[in-house]
Formats: sequence, C-alpha cells, structure tokens
Amino acid sequence: MEERISMVHGSGGAATSELIGSIFAKEFASTTLDKMEDSAVVEGAGKIAMTTDSFVVTPVSYPGGDIGRLCICGTVNDLLMRGAKPKYITCGFILQEGLEVSKLQEVVHSMAECAREAGVEIVAGDTKVVNGNGELYINTAGVGFVPEDREVSAERVCVGDAVIVSGNLGDHHAAILGTRMGIVNEIESDNAPLGEIVESLFAANIDVHTMRDITRGGLATVLKELAKTSNTTIELEEEKLPVTPQVKDFCGLLGLDPLYMGNEGKLVALVPVEEAEAAVAAIRGAKYGQDACIVGFVNDKAPGKLHLRTRIGGLRNLEILQGEGLPRIC
Amino acid sequence: MSYVENVAEYNKMSLAEMRDFLANYDGPEIHIMEVCGSHTAAISKNGIRGMLSEKIHLISGPGCPVCVTPTAYVDRLIELAMTPNTCVVTFGDMLRVPGSKYSLSEVQGMGGRAIMVYSPMDIFALAEKEPETTFVFAALGFETTTPVYALLLEEVIERNIENVKLLTALKTMPGVIEYLCENGASIEGYLAPGHVAAVTGSDLFKPLAEKYQIPFAVSGFEGEEILEALCGIVKAYQKGLCEGTQTSFAQVMNFYPAVVSAEGNLRAQELVTKYFQATDAAWRGMGIVPGTGMELRPEYEKYDAGSKALVEDNKRNKACCCDQILMGKMQPQQCPLFGKVCKPLTPQGACMVSEEGSCHSAFASF
Repeated sequence: MEERISMVHGSGGAATSELIGSIFAKEFASTTLDKMEDSAVVEGAGKIAMTTDSFVVTPVSYPGGDIGRLCICGTVNDLLMRGAKPKYITCGFILQEGLEVSKLQEVVHSMAECAREAGVEIVAGDTKVVNGNGELYINTAGVGFVPEDREVSAERVCVGDAVIVSGNLGDHHAAILGTRMGIVNEIESDNAPLGEIVESLFAANIDVHTMRDITRGGLATVLKELAKTSNTTIELEEEKLPVTPQVKDFCGLLGLDPLYMGNEGKLVALVPVEEAEAAVAAIRGAKYGQDACIVGFVNDKAPGKLHLRTRIGGLRNLEILQGEGLPRIC
Repeated sequence: MSYVENVAEYNKMSLAEMRDFLANYDGPEIHIMEVCGSHTAAISKNGIRGMLSEKIHLISGPGCPVCVTPTAYVDRLIELAMTPNTCVVTFGDMLRVPGSKYSLSEVQGMGGRAIMVYSPMDIFALAEKEPETTFVFAALGFETTTPVYALLLEEVIERNIENVKLLTALKTMPGVIEYLCENGASIEGYLAPGHVAAVTGSDLFKPLAEKYQIPFAVSGFEGEEILEALCGIVKAYQKGLCEGTQTSFAQVMNFYPAVVSAEGNLRAQELVTKYFQATDAAWRGMGIVPGTGMELRPEYEKYDAGSKALVEDNKRNKACCCDQILMGKMQPQQCPLFGKVCKPLTPQGACMVSEEGSCHSAFASF
C-alpha cells in the first residue's frame, strides 16, 4: 500500500528523523545542511536582500512543474528583482496527514533540482504535520547578496523608460486553471528561476531602473503599482503584448484577460529607452528569455495611470486586479 | 424595412476609415444602447468611448445577467446556502452580488456553502462526491445561457441524479428592449447582442426595428466588429434623417454573419422549449415585465429550488441608482455612491460587481 504521512511524522521523534534522513537530507545535502544544527551559519556580504514566501498551490503538481520547483522560483525571483544574487534558502514544510510519501519525495526532488539550477543552497528546514487531506504547504525564506553598484527600485522609474517583458503572459495561471478544470490543452506553467536573465542584463551594462516578477495580479497589477509609486504614466501597446495562441484561446473561452493573469517565470524590466534594444537582446540570449520584447513606454501624460493603447487605436485605463482572481495559484 | 443579411461584406470600411468616420461625426446627437453585458465589457476593454465624436453617446442597457436580477433572488440563494446539506453552485460574479443584507461570499464565512465553477457541468462531479448534499445551480442569464441549463437538466434526467436542482432567473431580450422603447431614455440605435442572436437568430429584432423605427446592428465582440456595427447604426440613422419618411429608420443589420444567421440555432431553441416556458420576469428597476422570463415547465418542477415569485428588490444601500442606470436614464458617474463607497471591492449594487456591469465598466475607464 502507498505509504502516507501521518501525525507521527511530525512528532519530532524517530519517525520525523527517518523522514528527514530519507528525503530532505538526501535531496538537500550540503556542507551547511549536513551539520544538522539548530541554525545554519553561513558567509555574509555587504548589502543583503531577504524575502519570504508561502506556497499553497493546488494542485501540487501541474503541467510544467510542481510546488517544489515553484517555491524555489518564487523565492529566488523575488531576490533577483532587487538585483541580488540569490544565495541561501530555508524551507518549512507543513504536511497534511494522508500525503503520499512518494509525492513528498517527488516535490523535494524537484525542489533540490531547481535550487541547483538557480545556484542557491538550501541551508535550513523544518517539518510539521497537521490534520487534513493529503496536501502540503511550503514556506521559504531567501537571502541574496546585492553587488554594491546595483540599485534597482520602483523609485527609479522615470519618463522615457521602456517597458520590457521577458516572455509570454499568463502561462502559469492558465496551466493551473486548466488542470483544475480538467481542460485538456498544451499549456505548461512557465515556472523558472530568472537568474540568467537578470545577470545578462547587468553583464550588458544595462542601467536597470526597476524589475518585478509578474506573479499574482498579472502585468497590469504590477505596472499600475509602479505607475503609482513613481507618479508616471505607463502606456502599453496591446499589439505588442506577447501571449501564446494557446493561452489566448484559453482566455477567450473563459473570459479571462492575460493582463491580469499570473506567471511564475517572467519579469518586467524598466530601462532607459536608448538601452531598450540592447536589453531585449540580452534577455533573449538568456535561458527563459527568448520571447522578450518591448511592450510600452513611460510618459507624463496622466501621472499614476496605466494605459493600454488598444489594437483598434482606443485608450483603455487599467486598474489593479479587483476581487479574488484565481485563489491558490502559488 | 431594409434587412441586410451580411452588411460587412458589401459595406466594408477600413479600420482607419471607421475611426475617422466615428471620430468626426457631426450630425445630430445619437444615443446608441448596447444591450449586452459582453458588449459593455468589450467597449471598455477596447477603449471605444474615447474614439467617438462627442455627438455619439454609448449607453449600457440591461444585458448584464447579475445586474438585472432582483435582490429577492440573491436572498433565496443565501437562504439555500445556509440550509443544512445544501450547497449553491454558481459562476464567480454571483458570489459577490449584494442581496438585501448579505452576499453569498459574506455568508460563506458564516457557515453558508457556495462554490464557484467555470462550467455548469462541474456540478455533476460535486453531486457525485456528496450524494447527501443537494447542489443548486444559480441558473441566470439570457437566451445565450439557457440552452446550457437545458443540457444540464437533460443530463440530470438521463442519469437520474437526485441531488441537483436549479434556481432560475432566466431572461429574454426582445420583451425588455420593447419595454425600454416604451419607457426608457431616447435611443436612436441598438447594438444588438451577438451571442443572443446566435441562438435566436437576427430575425428576433425585426419586429422591434419596424415598430419603433430604430436601426439594430447585430455585432460580434472584437473591437473592430463593434466599430463596424457602430458605423452601420450611425449611417442608418443618417440615411433615415436624409430620407425623412416614416419607415426609413428601421433596419436590422447583421455584422456578425460568421456566427449569426437569420433563424438562429434551431437545435438550441428546441432544447430550451423542451424544458422551459415563457413567464413574466422581475427586472431590477423595471419591476415585472410580462413575458420576459423563462421558467421550468411544470413537468420538471421537482428540479426547481424555489424560483417563483422572487420579485422583491430591496437595495442594500438606498442611494444606489442601479435601476436608473440599467434603463439608460442615468450614467454611472451620476450616482452619488459611484467611486466613493461603491467600488469593485465594495459594491453597493450589482452593476459594480460584474465585469459586464455598466458601473464596473465605467469605474475601470476614466
């Protein structure tokens, strides 16, 4: 019979040790973690970026990824968006009774694999077991080092910036929703660590004013917040927004708008317009960046507003996502 | 009356020509009502209002299903959600529509059970998993959605499913357009609903066009399709003015010929007639409009979860002007609550809830 998680795995006793030894320690093995101390002691740096995130996605596995890959991507991408180089990650697992051990094994394996890809070390972890029906949640913390010469923040957005997205919109959202609804299609989540894209931008000497990863709320929500913070107008061009035909059809079917759908492996970067072409080329040369393009510009026509120049030449005002959107997408 | 089967073909204007025509129209003021909520949303999404001359006014009509549903229906859904072993199943919008005291999403936190689905057919999986619970689908909508509920019912009957019911608030278009023509604001042209017409056929609008001497343009939902239909209406209006005879304004133009035929989808119409019959319906702001609703036929009454006589419409906020707005007598911005207490996250009336609602649409524009 399929081995499942039970309350005894959260006891802190032998069953917990067995679980940690057979799954976590094996997959996450490193000189820091192998010491199995109460906390990890690691090397430091001048400017440190820190973030935390919780992952409750349902279903746990979906086309193109699972909660393990997702939690690494989500955490390192948050660090990267401030120009940091991700270094360390901690993870807290909250397992529900009844979770298949093989499922946990799978998730932890893809987490370890993604951490290796993203170049981060998992240095500490914790496991708890609660009542429930076989799901799992993961909470992470991430630490990155910020090179002295980098200053990436919303305050630097200014008139004359170009808006660049690193690829197609809405894939993760559509993959999750499609799976939940049992709609058969070829859409896969784009969950990916964006380190190579970010480092390519800096290697090309692009003066990146700000970057955000396009997650819940979608591109419109992210850019509306930036327009407000920087008191500028961001004008997007509908025709330039990259969306795959599959996601476009999916959205048409369900009345969804890719502008408000989440990704887990896409960023939007605002850079001086004269550097925009070079920035697009840099992103396209990096892993996960081949569909990058310029989608709009910053002006001062209506401070704080996000506008969309529509395909037929109208102007549409965009607000942040109202209401719930899709719950438990990450 | 001129009846044009496929206007788009012989009267093709380029996008630039249409934009130019609509931006520079300088004739008498013309008010065009889009009756369908999907058109309201598409007009806003494409930024069409800002592309029109000041002489062309677009007015949203009563075509957003949740907007025209009186509070008594929402209250009944809430009552069902709070009933032991009962669960309401609905599309997302309905969860947040205010009843006289609460919305479904508010009573979810008070022990009420309501589940959001994207397809009505999802109810079968729910019903199978929990045979002891009765699942009630909030079946509201226009001619477009009614065939889906008919299909749902057909499956319920074929599979002998005991724990699925419908709470209906189904409406039909022609009667309410007639009501508006008799009682509403002055409208010089109708952007006719493409999805409804796909089911009913564009002939549905012929008697109205003739009786009230108004042009109707059946339109799709892409920006360019809407511009085409608007151009068609303005031109028909101009032609009417020019000819100046008693009958020269009446036109039904089909700008959506790929999807809409004159007679519509006969199979869908048959299916609807099998399970539903016409009835009087209560509309927010308009009260009971004879013959504008659909209800289950008496032989299927056991699948009904108490849909009759849900006519009360007690506004949660007395100052809400949804009723006036739905009839095109008032613009959303003129409501004292608009953008102040009434916003998409704190809707005081149904028109601010749905993406298809005129207030939500106006809030998202500028």
